[in-house]
Amino acid sequence: MSAPLGKDLLGLEQLTAEQINLVLDTALPLKEISERTIKKVPTLRGATIVNLFFEASTRTRISFEFAEKRMSADTVNVGAAGSSVSKGETLVDTARNLEAMRIDMVVIRHPASGAAQFLAERIESNVINAGDGTHEHPTQGLLDLLTLRDHFGTIAGKKVCLCGDVLHSRVARSNIWGLTKLGAEVAVCGPRSLLPNAIEEMGVKVFDRIETAIEWADALNVLRLQLERMHAGYIPSLREYNRVFGVTRERLDRAPRDVLILHPGPMNRGVEIDSDVADGPHSVILNQVTNGVAIRMAVLYLLSGNTPQLAEAAKGIA
Amino acid sequence: MPNSSSIVLSARALERTVTRMADEILERNDGTDGLVLVGIQRRGVQIAERIAARIESSEGVRVPLGALDITLYRDDLQTVGPRPVVGKTLIPVALDGRNVVIVDDVLFTGRTIRAALDELADFGRPARVGLAVLIDRGGRELPIQPDVVGTHVEAPHGARVDVFVKELDGKDEVVLTSGAAA
Repeated sequence: MSAPLGKDLLGLEQLTAEQINLVLDTALPLKEISERTIKKVPTLRGATIVNLFFEASTRTRISFEFAEKRMSADTVNVGAAGSSVSKGETLVDTARNLEAMRIDMVVIRHPASGAAQFLAERIESNVINAGDGTHEHPTQGLLDLLTLRDHFGTIAGKKVCLCGDVLHSRVARSNIWGLTKLGAEVAVCGPRSLLPNAIEEMGVKVFDRIETAIEWADALNVLRLQLERMHAGYIPSLREYNRVFGVTRERLDRAPRDVLILHPGPMNRGVEIDSDVADGPHSVILNQVTNGVAIRMAVLYLLSGNTPQLAEAAKGIA
Repeated sequence: MPNSSSIVLSARALERTVTRMADEILERNDGTDGLVLVGIQRRGVQIAERIAARIESSEGVRVPLGALDITLYRDDLQTVGPRPVVGKTLIPVALDGRNVVIVDDVLFTGRTIRAALDELADFGRPARVGLAVLIDRGGRELPIQPDVVGTHVEAPHGARVDVFVKELDGKDEVVLTSGAAA
């Protein structure tokens, strides 16, 4: 009937269109739970989830925590500072110690690309990638897809442009995988210094001018300029970046159609996006945040049925 | 082993049964005041819609109609393997102080109703909660009894009772299939 997700959610690269749609279709009815007075269902009662956040995060960490709590799971948050990581414990040792305390799932955010997969291959618990380096951020990709689908009704055939710092963006990579699998036309736009080499090989168009991108697109996903990852001179100055690549009201006013505006947050207002665009009528930035909780609830729900012990138990019943 | 199927309710009989259920619900509730119908996904929702339509034609009042998906409240989620599909829950009015009637197509073990009662409690505190089912097939595993029953069917544990509704299945019919599961 439905294609299960498997043990872990590491990236959208590994998922089929059918699996992506399963997550989106599951998230849709789960949105209602957050509108209730009592925002809680008993589904994950008794499950223990560890949120391992080795990198700064507000939205994603809180969103996962709300999702876990609204599904009735017990949660523990571990950060790099203040934990044994600061004493030099390795990632695997940290996780194995946590597993020895009988946990069921790990949500991991890590500055190294591939950290989530590395961990998933070494522990029994379900692993959810909450962002690994510049590799993938699958739940962000999924919530962007859900937001686009909510608005357009379908993803197939829609033109979506990822703007700005594509080079450092795991959000961009997850978006490109997800969007292309669901049949959207995808483009990127930004200074060449912030676009990965051979990005065309991922099946996307490249625009060098933001004006042409806006003219082409149904939706723009405006990426954050990741200043903390820029240790070399990628751009001359923030002011110049805004002048040449900023998504501004004036530029959008010249578009042939209303362009939907997404941003994964946190925003650098006045740099990659102007305030009157971020807060404007075509912005769905806060819808993305709302959808994020539902997407994460859906992922928790779908993965929770896929532990090896459960598969054994299910065999016993059938 | 061959399966034998028999029709429990034809389209006409199903319509008459729903009409009688609607009248019984009105009688028990002494009219439509404070009445809320909540159908259980999936086919309970369609049965509830028909009961609401019947009440509207006899009383001239459209009673609030909700839908409840109990998947996230199931007691067997730890053992069923791949996750069941989650449907839509929509409770259009506050339930506090209302007379809620849960509507489902088939009452069997009672576990669905147990889950529905838990879920309803998260939406408020109704004055009373009743249960109306199109088919009561027996086989209860929990102390749960219906208030309004369309038809009783003697169905042994291995048998299946399938309710078909036009909205989802293209026909109105209730079929009992005995023997090995189809």
